[in-house]
Amino acid sequence: MIDAIYNWIDDRLALSKSGRHLLNKIFPDHWSFMIGEIALYSFIVLLISGVFLTLYFVPSGATVIYHGAYKPLDGTRVSDAYASTINITFAVRGGLFMRQLHHWAANIFVGSIVVHMLRVFFTGAFRRPREANWMIGATLLILAIFNGFLGYSIPDDLVSGTGIRIAFSILESIPFVGTNLAFFLFGGNYPGKDIIPRFFILHVLVLPLIILALLGAHLGMLVKHKHSQFKGRGARNDNVVGSPLWPNYAAKAGGFFFLTTGVTAILAALIQINPIWQYGPYVPYKVSYAVQPDWYMGWLDGALRVMPSWEIHLPGHMIPNVFFPGILLPGVTFTLIYLWPFIESKFITHDYAEHHLLDRPRDNPMRTAIGSAVFAFYFVLFGASSTDVLANYLQVSLNVVLWIFRISCIVVPIIVFPIAYKICLELQQVPEAGKRKRHMIIVRDDQGAYHSVDSEEYPGYIAPELAPVKIEDVDLAPEIEALNTSADRPDEGIYQIPRE
Amino acid sequence: MPDATEEYPNLESVPLDAPQFEVAAKNVKRTEYVTFAAFVLGFIGFAAFGAAYTQNAPTYLLGLTIGLGLFFFGFGLVSWGKYLMPQGPFSEPRPLMETTRQEKELLKADFTSRGKVAIKRRSFLVKAMAAAGGVFGIVAAFPLIRSLGPLPKNSLMTTKWRKGSYLTTIYGDRVKPSDVAVGGIVTVFPEDDLGSAISQTILLRVKESGPIVTMPGREDWAPDGFVAYSKVCTHAGCPVGLYEHLEQLLVCPCHQSMFNVKDGAMPVFGPAPRPLPQLPIYIDSDGYFRARAGYDEPIGPGFWTRGGTA
Ligand code: FES
Repeated sequence: MIDAIYNWIDDRLALSKSGRHLLNKIFPDHWSFMIGEIALYSFIVLLISGVFLTLYFVPSGATVIYHGAYKPLDGTRVSDAYASTINITFAVRGGLFMRQLHHWAANIFVGSIVVHMLRVFFTGAFRRPREANWMIGATLLILAIFNGFLGYSIPDDLVSGTGIRIAFSILESIPFVGTNLAFFLFGGNYPGKDIIPRFFILHVLVLPLIILALLGAHLGMLVKHKHSQFKGRGARNDNVVGSPLWPNYAAKAGGFFFLTTGVTAILAALIQINPIWQYGPYVPYKVSYAVQPDWYMGWLDGALRVMPSWEIHLPGHMIPNVFFPGILLPGVTFTLIYLWPFIESKFITHDYAEHHLLDRPRDNPMRTAIGSAVFAFYFVLFGASSTDVLANYLQVSLNVVLWIFRISCIVVPIIVFPIAYKICLELQQVPEAGKRKRHMIIVRDDQGAYHSVDSEEYPGYIAPELAPVKIEDVDLAPEIEALNTSADRPDEGIYQIPRE
Repeated sequence: MPDATEEYPNLESVPLDAPQFEVAAKNVKRTEYVTFAAFVLGFIGFAAFGAAYTQNAPTYLLGLTIGLGLFFFGFGLVSWGKYLMPQGPFSEPRPLMETTRQEKELLKADFTSRGKVAIKRRSFLVKAMAAAGGVFGIVAAFPLIRSLGPLPKNSLMTTKWRKGSYLTTIYGDRVKPSDVAVGGIVTVFPEDDLGSAISQTILLRVKESGPIVTMPGREDWAPDGFVAYSKVCTHAGCPVGLYEHLEQLLVCPCHQSMFNVKDGAMPVFGPAPRPLPQLPIYIDSDGYFRARAGYDEPIGPGFWTRGGTA
């Protein structure tokens, strides 16, 4: 029966011609390659939990009087969006779990993209021929951040509403076109009537579609280029060494998908996130005290805080304060990210060759030092988004905390740069640095002479490296023969030869 | 460690008992037990989720059961793939992306020569097509963009406050001095713009009585210990809703800009670049607060066409 179905499909798609190629696709085994997978898997979680949420969410800013399961809000005037989100939380079975799952997955999505990007940067994986894929990745990061912002904005609660107000101010700060842009996006002056339905359709349709298309391009290019890989184990520029798609990688990656979703679900179960019923509905003249955006907006929020109170006044025009931290900073940031592969090959390495073997961070001290310094800068900005919390917590004046951050975001990168550079140079001098070594034991023999001997192998020690087997050379003919002739087929397939 | 560029012997017809085909696990039996246990735990987790769902269990139980189920199921798969399958390594060839000059030229030639046959001597067609397509591109943007919202026109420059507007609470009640104690604040709106994000104004009682002169030229703007400022932060537009009476500072919760109430709401801390505009108010013969005039400058954060007033 299964054979018949397979044959039917195969005769129409000729799977057996290309299928073996696919099953043989080699995936390098290195833990750092899993970070991008986390991003992919949390995107799947986002799609699934998101579809669930759209079934109950009402994307409308119209005012209703809330009557429902959550008694403290009974009789309050709220928006449809807010009321329906409260409803998902308290009246839909599993609703709160799905909301928290969606929000946690979003945080993990953006986080894993950032870490994946750092991995790609510090190992030089963006070099030719992967520059375009690096740029697609950067675009995905921008879209992920935007969509995260849109997503936590549409429940129309007090905290996110304040974020939307700031977003409007940043938009209208753009010279020449800003006010028009802001009015077009919001459908008028702030707060605008249409903002919830518009953000909603952007959040659930437009941006996810673009993300999906770019993800396809990202992975398509990855298949075309095949994975980059670290040196060792016979890895060369013109081969890929690792495990085949079937069955090793399929099991590992499939399992890793469930591990990722499992951990996300456990987080969603145990750690509360975005409790909008505590924030209350958005009211434009009300203040929310804990105004803190999701973590991936932190660097922008921090930049808004540390920016000195300057504006540029021109005859009849002005460039407002928020333009610099809100538009210029991210603009410059992502321009530099997009151009980095070209900047590096032109000014630092003068290397235009095709690379499939990865650098270790120490191999290119200049790149590593620049990357660390820039990252330190954004990390300080991120910290600056909690100036008020820190001042409260440490019982020091806000003024002191603010100035510490203003100075740090200049000084810390300047300190980090030479340190990172020096560490790279030092590491280059130490062969096998970072590899687990076996101790030497000094023993004294009968004659009183001293010798050194190797200690015992540590658990998990991998014996001298094996040569890679060319996957296309694996000849299954004898196995198939054996399967067909023997009466009792062996339980263990060819991939199950246990070690004694 | 073997040199990265060293050529490995091509293992023609690899014997299936080569060490590369051995599983990675040291202790196969134990690994099998662990993997089996993981699948059993996954099974239990999923089943427990089903039970929890039908019982309408609280969120943490729903999440924990399915989360642990997924986790152990995944753990089993990973342990199977990592330890109970041939350890490899395996390799496959990777064609480089570089193409030869000849390949490039051939494709180019295909494109241009066929193109030439098709468009030869018909360049007027190309031009007509380009013109039509270009116009389409331009006009297609109109309905997509222009109908999204009104043009800003003057709307960012003014508020609904007019000469004589009553200062009313969100509930529509007109405010009089006895409504607010010293150190107290109330958010007020013009009667025809209740709850407005733009017109919102904060009325503070700074002292018991007597006018407050926040700036020369504003002698009669703040009677009887009361003063009114726009509540929209000049930094990024958050409502400036915290009043520290002792220091007489208005504090914005978003980025902690602080405005000196007695000094025309001059920013004294944080990123806010301009003072909050002050609403000139008076007390009418019936004892209600009213505006002497609207704001004399645009409220809120800056924008390109705002002009250069500091
Ligand atoms: S919005 Fe008030 S300080 Fe930024």
